Amino acid sequence: MIEWEMIAYHYNYYITIFLMVSGLYIVIARGNMIKKLIGLGLFQTSVYLLYLAPGKIIGGTAPIYDKAYQVYSNPLPHVLILTAIVVGVATLAVGLALVVRISEEYGSIDEDEIFEQDEDQ
Amino acid sequence: MSGLQEHLPILQILVPLFGAILTAFTRRGITAWAIAAIASGIAPFISAGLLIRVLETGQPISYVMGSWAAPWGIEYRVDVLNAYVLLIISLIGLISIPYARKSVATEIDSHKQPWFYTMYLLCLAGLLGIVITGDAFNAFVFLEISSLATYTLIALGRNRRALLSAYQYLIMGTIGATFYIIGVGLLYVVTGTLNFADLATKLGPAMATHNKPILAAMAFMTVGISLKLALFPLHVWLPNAYAYAPSFATAFLAGTATKAAIYLLARIYFSVFAVVVPLKELPVSEVIIALSLAAMFLASITAIFEQNAKRMLAYSSVAQIGYITLGLALANKMGVAGGLVHMFNHAIMKTALFFALGAMAYRTGLGQMSSLAGIGRKMPITTAAFVVAGLGLIGVPGTAGFISKWYLAIGAINHGWTWLVFMIVLSSLLAVIYIGRFVEIAYFREPAPEIANAHEPPASMLAPLVILAAATIYLGFDTRLTGGTAQSIANYLLGGAP
Repeated sequence: MIEWEMIAYHYNYYITIFLMVSGLYIVIARGNMIKKLIGLGLFQTSVYLLYLAPGKIIGGTAPIYDKAYQVYSNPLPHVLILTAIVVGVATLAVGLALVVRISEEYGSIDEDEIFEQDEDQ
Repeated sequence: MSGLQEHLPILQILVPLFGAILTAFTRRGITAWAIAAIASGIAPFISAGLLIRVLETGQPISYVMGSWAAPWGIEYRVDVLNAYVLLIISLIGLISIPYARKSVATEIDSHKQPWFYTMYLLCLAGLLGIVITGDAFNAFVFLEISSLATYTLIALGRNRRALLSAYQYLIMGTIGATFYIIGVGLLYVVTGTLNFADLATKLGPAMATHNKPILAAMAFMTVGISLKLALFPLHVWLPNAYAYAPSFATAFLAGTATKAAIYLLARIYFSVFAVVVPLKELPVSEVIIALSLAAMFLASITAIFEQNAKRMLAYSSVAQIGYITLGLALANKMGVAGGLVHMFNHAIMKTALFFALGAMAYRTGLGQMSSLAGIGRKMPITTAAFVVAGLGLIGVPGTAGFISKWYLAIGAINHGWTWLVFMIVLSSLLAVIYIGRFVEIAYFREPAPEIANAHEPPASMLAPLVILAAATIYLGFDTRLTGGTAQSIANYLLGGAP
């Protein structure tokens, strides 16, 4: 018997894992350097969900110290992921800058074509 | 002064970090170099101060960021292990910086030189940060700071393949860092803490109820960090990155970058997982020993057939990293001490070897082994220093490399695996071949016309090289700094177990 309730409770994790694996697959399977970076971005972004989902409690508020609120969501994952987003953006920027330079030098951004060019020398 | 001493842990990071900001505002290479030299000059004194204090008191130094107490705020925690690694990294920074001036001036366009030093200082700050922090997420941020700086340093190599190497390293390095952060996330979900010391206490109770996420976290973190430290077979980014990076960047990174990653692996295993996970039930140490052996043999054999001198040394680095991880995976006192001693010795020897190749490239512009025929007659001191450091790499008695291998061999015997001693000796013989090949080309062949005008490099490049070669010999006799410290670290990590 399929435990629908179990799946429903964990569906955000299934999506996270799906995004993670598809991102990693694009990085490995694609030869186009821009597409590889997109896959890498997807892979990194999926990890943000892994952190954020457990931090949320249904009915929980921001940690405001007041008698009116009893249930708080943990704010720390958001802070961590804010940092991780910055890191991800910086990585993508450096990666794209490298692709621009590679394109200037080789006139291509396809890995196979570039490797062929270097073998000729 | 006592006020300043209290803040040494944060100053260790802030000095290179502020140096990086200052160099970003300079427009001339010489000014940027001077700032980098001051920052690199101060860093080892801070590391030495921290190491001395930790050894004297026997207690870890805890530095609380922004007065937020430890498990909630970010803690910088300095114990004997990371004080020792901090010293390795900052000493290599200090010894490299005089070499940088002339080397960078010829290899990097003048308008890019200030940025080059900015990236170097960011890389130094990142590496020191990975080592000093007591917080798993903070370690990730520093890992990415140092990595992004490293990609840029590599991409500034003159050959266009440097760009390709940097891109490939960026892809693999980011995958590695992301794997690490997935592992940290799983641990955080289970325990609610990111502090290494706090994790060690909270993982024990959590293990009873949630052992699967913890084991998954261990797997993710191991693979992620192994990518960063270039454990065989996750080393494929390293040879090209080292071969096409500017000479100074290669020498600096070979001595420091992989060491910081090895430290992180040792930290999570010895300070976090070993406390809670029944490692005896999992073949973690056997798997790492098997991969280390594969690195020691296969990477050395590849080095033997390599035509490009820098790539040869890069493959040799993969093999030498195998010795370090082998010692750590043995997980007994002498084995761990051997791995730690080799971290220090390898940093010194490999930096010396890359300095020598950089000096040859500075005078001749050549990097292929065959084109450097007869270089020993034109640049005798440089080549002699290369040979001394090479002998150290082989592990000839009287050099630093012998001490590391001696410790490793005793560790293997204590583990009950005598055959491992033969493997260590056998793989050292492979190093004889690849170093010997260079010696044969450098000394016993007629100098080619291309290198007819080659002569010794300027004193600022020769002096660091000679000092490191001398240190290779000195550390082969006086083992108080390396062996003595490494043994007390091993005692500390293994908690008195034999």
